Amino acid sequence: MDIQQTFEKYIKIFEAHSPQLKAAESELVFETRLKAFEKFKKYGIPDHKDENYKYAGISEICSQDYEFSLDSRNALVDLNAYFQCEVEDMDTHVVLLSNGEYYQNNKPIESLTPGVIVCGLKEAKLKHKDIFEKYYNQYASESDDGFVALNTMLADDGLFIYVPKNTKVNKTIQLVNLTHGFGNKNIFKRNLFIADKNSELSLVICDHTLNNSNNFVIDVTESYAGENANLQYHALQNEPNKSGVINSHFIKLDRYSRVNSHVLSLHGGIIRNNLFTKLAGEFAEANLYGLNLTDREQRIDNFTFIDHLVPNCTSNELYKGILDEQAKGAFAGRIIVRKDAQKTLAYQTNRNLCLTPEAKMRTKPQLEIYADDVKCSHGATVGQLDESAMFYLRQRGINSKEARLMLMFAFANDILLKINIDPLRERVAGLINARLRGEFSDCSHCLMNCHTKN
Amino acid sequence: MLVIKNLHAEINGKKILKGINLEVKPGEIHAIMGPNGSGKSTLSAVLAGKEDFQVTEGEIYYQGKDLSELSVEERAKEGIFLSFQYPVEIPGVSMINFMKTAVNEQRKYKKLPAMSSGEFLKYMREMKDLVELKSDLANRSVNEGFSGGEKKRNEIFQMAMLKPKLAILDETDSGLDIDALRIVANGVNKLKTPENAVIVITHYQRLLDFIVPDVVHVLYEGRIVKTAGKELAYELEEKGYNWIKEELGE
Ligand SMILES: Nc1ncnc2c1ncn2[C@@H]1O[C@H](COP(=O)(O)OP(=O)(O)O)[C@@H](O)[C@H]1O
Repeated sequence: MDIQQTFEKYIKIFEAHSPQLKAAESELVFETRLKAFEKFKKYGIPDHKDENYKYAGISEICSQDYEFSLDSRNALVDLNAYFQCEVEDMDTHVVLLSNGEYYQNNKPIESLTPGVIVCGLKEAKLKHKDIFEKYYNQYASESDDGFVALNTMLADDGLFIYVPKNTKVNKTIQLVNLTHGFGNKNIFKRNLFIADKNSELSLVICDHTLNNSNNFVIDVTESYAGENANLQYHALQNEPNKSGVINSHFIKLDRYSRVNSHVLSLHGGIIRNNLFTKLAGEFAEANLYGLNLTDREQRIDNFTFIDHLVPNCTSNELYKGILDEQAKGAFAGRIIVRKDAQKTLAYQTNRNLCLTPEAKMRTKPQLEIYADDVKCSHGATVGQLDESAMFYLRQRGINSKEARLMLMFAFANDILLKINIDPLRERVAGLINARLRGEFSDCSHCLMNCHTKN
Repeated sequence: MLVIKNLHAEINGKKILKGINLEVKPGEIHAIMGPNGSGKSTLSAVLAGKEDFQVTEGEIYYQGKDLSELSVEERAKEGIFLSFQYPVEIPGVSMINFMKTAVNEQRKYKKLPAMSSGEFLKYMREMKDLVELKSDLANRSVNEGFSGGEKKRNEIFQMAMLKPKLAILDETDSGLDIDALRIVANGVNKLKTPENAVIVITHYQRLLDFIVPDVVHVLYEGRIVKTAGKELAYELEEKGYNWIKEELGE
């Protein structure tokens, strides 16, 4: 397969499945698909000729064929019984997605804060039509990204969360993406998270791949933070070596809202993360953190776009990466401060450690400032482990392997410190430590300490 | 304890040490002095095993072992401690984690059980008190944001924690004020026993008012050109190094 064939395949898939999709949703939602289909036909699959996707390895992902299905992708076994996903000492509401589909047998969430809706996206389209249609694809539709269009035209399920006004969700909601079954799966997920005025929502999203196949995941998530809402988003990416992941997250912030996004890419084959953040109301604050640990032939590519539309908003962006062996990475951070966005504070930092001469990292900050009264800064570095620090540690009797680990962990530490949930931070610290030690075995893919019950 | 025979070392093809002979016995304090660029820091780095330098000739025996066969960390675990002229700041590595790892690596090497967290914290508190290290420094990242004096005190604190048999204090050039000198000296004197030895590397005699050496060596252009008792340090202070050069007929 190549990119052109993959493109044609998706056109055919859409044509073949559109009657089925149309039958299950409102005209308005189906209209959205048709528009996305037109967009996809226009923009196609972005490849290395596209400046933004230059280093993302798309042709490599597209060299294989993946199975697409709209039929129930639910497992025959009871996934609840199989997996108890939990962070130690951290009490969460757990929701499972099975190959991108809201798991039918999800255990009902106990003692969920009244008024809060947590359900499948497919269900929300019909059951919570008003809210759904008010938000769905509002921000994502502004994108000209072919993968976003592709997801919009083909995805039909995912997770939907709505937190009503003045409501604080009592526990963190933990979404576990389970991938399973035979063959290379093509998985489309679409999540929609809405935190209405004065509400609070904390989310942890993690992956658990059970099959030994090469899967291709194309996700889009939209998050809307209403006035004075507080949204904490933590994504723990952990995919097998041969997987391809294209993940796009759109975050729109209303006035006085605060969003923290933590994207921790701990393992993967080829990962591309797009993060679009729009500061659309005054005094909004977006804190965007990213950490990626890559080795072997892995690739990680982070593209972030922060759009300061209005005055008095703040964005802090800190992305760090450790690349070992032949890993390749790219970071492109675009910030636009529009003409009206006076008193903007926008800070961007990207730091990377390349542990071998073969590991390659490309970093490209891109600031466009059209307002005059702003404070903006950016900094990007690609370096090696500090040799003088290595010597210092070794001179105290710490062997080189341990000293390297200490320095790598220290490098990752300031991203860790940004996680506000103590047990989650401790758990992630343990995962990073294990990951840096190379202790991730194939059978312990789950980052969140899932226990397989036999 | 330490026997250096005809040691030659170079870096990037540049010959720096050109035949050093030196013997240090347990319980002794040796001072190595010399003008800038004579190779003092190089000697301490070579003793610690820094790989940037190549030993091209000669031998170093430490407690009867050929040091060339030991890595930096093995030498450290055998009891060689280098107090750095410029201690490195290591953000993100806490002093506690650093010292705990170092102490337990050493214990493992000596086939002793690892210290429990409780034991370790108690030990750390004792050593902190011994060298009068401010409490909060131990809760910070290694040397991060420490003042010059605090960094020095921290070196001595680590020395107290690790109880080396041979401590090499590289104080070449360091613009240490008198307080910092006292800190280093007090710590060293407190930790001195008849079993361990100290090599003080210094450009100035000042430090030797506080750490009184048994033997003073002058290092010049990669060779030890003069060895005498502590009075040599005063002579150097008075007359400067030109006097040595003249003696050598240069
Ligand atoms: N990394 C290096 N590369 C090249 N030359 C070096 C290096 N380190 C030290 N030297 C040289 O070796 C000589 C001795 O240096 P050093 O050991 O620092 O002397 P001292 O400590 O006595 O001042 C100097 O001429 C110095 O320039």
